[in-house]
Amino acid sequence: MNKALINNLTKGILKENPTFVIILGMCPTLGVTTLAANGIGMGLATTFVLILSNAFIALLKDLIPDKVRIPAYIVIIATFVTIVDLVMAAYFPALYTQLGIFIPLIVVNCIILGRAEAYAAKNNVFDSIIDGISMGLGVTLALTLIGGIREILGAGSIFGHKFINSDAILIFILPPGAFIVLAYVIAIVNKINKAVYKG
Amino acid sequence: MEYLMIIVAGIFVNNIVLNQFLGICPFLGVSNKLENAIGMSAAVVFVMTLSTTATYLVNKYVLVTNNLSFMQTIVYILVIAALVQVVEIILKKTSPALYQALGVYLPLITTNCAILAVAILVVQKNFNLMQSVVFAIATSLGFSFALIVFSGIREQLDLVNIPKAMKGVPLSLLTAGLLSLAFMGFSGMVK
Repeated sequence: MNKALINNLTKGILKENPTFVIILGMCPTLGVTTLAANGIGMGLATTFVLILSNAFIALLKDLIPDKVRIPAYIVIIATFVTIVDLVMAAYFPALYTQLGIFIPLIVVNCIILGRAEAYAAKNNVFDSIIDGISMGLGVTLALTLIGGIREILGAGSIFGHKFINSDAILIFILPPGAFIVLAYVIAIVNKINKAVYKG
Repeated sequence: MEYLMIIVAGIFVNNIVLNQFLGICPFLGVSNKLENAIGMSAAVVFVMTLSTTATYLVNKYVLVTNNLSFMQTIVYILVIAALVQVVEIILKKTSPALYQALGVYLPLITTNCAILAVAILVVQKNFNLMQSVVFAIATSLGFSFALIVFSGIREQLDLVNIPKAMKGVPLSLLTAGLLSLAFMGFSGMVK
């Protein structure tokens, strides 16, 4: 594998992490991350939509007139979101109830439209798919991390396995905890990125 | 009484930003100045009320009657995007003063997930038209309330000396967390 490809594949994890660095798609990041498993579920759903919408937009970019490109992108994205919505409702009903309204709301997740406009509209299909995988990986890792921290602190369990018997710090699974955990994680990622990619 | 419940729940108890985590992007994005926050709030109240009414009617008379409910997401987002465009054009022609005040905020609203969320929630909650409109107004007022309070706090925080890594988004999120903690005082008020 050449270097550009590896760069493209790994940029979403830390350097251009859509959640922590570009600060997009905050609503599901805060809304569904009460458990690590929810974070993974939401991350994978977003990844699926990202890869396919990136691929199709890269494929159709020459056919879409420039003036109506945003509505056209939104229709493409909404199509894949509907697929995820129906598949999840049929095969993963428990997860579907947990994620609730945030599944249809993937449509307005700025990460997906952002990558369509910033990357897929300018690059070929293969690179756009890699970009989708990379960004999707970044989102999934970010949501799982936040979900994990909140679950450990707020419920005293990891992926549903309880490791303390007494009550945990309940505030972390309540709404304020989401804001507070995300604030500190972004601050830490800022610090790490500054140290790794300085100059 | 029923409408009062919807209003109190929409503004305080289930505050859309601080409790439901919807519309976080404009909440963080345009809250740097009180003036911007007020403009955005007015635009959201206006569009959310109109779009909820429009999507309610589309859902009832087009989607449900034709067994097309699975198209909900696609149709709703198109209706909202079209509506925002139409509102922008009408305002430009009929009320230049209002357009001046709201103009820059309107395009941003299409990607405000709170708008789509309210349209979908209304269907999930099985509200009738009147309840839906009241719910949309209450929710958008809750959004405005949170946004305006938050921007007031942020204007003060700009002057504070804090660690470099915490500057910007982390500090805003932390502030939002404390504000959300304050709003939790309302929980349990409405069953």
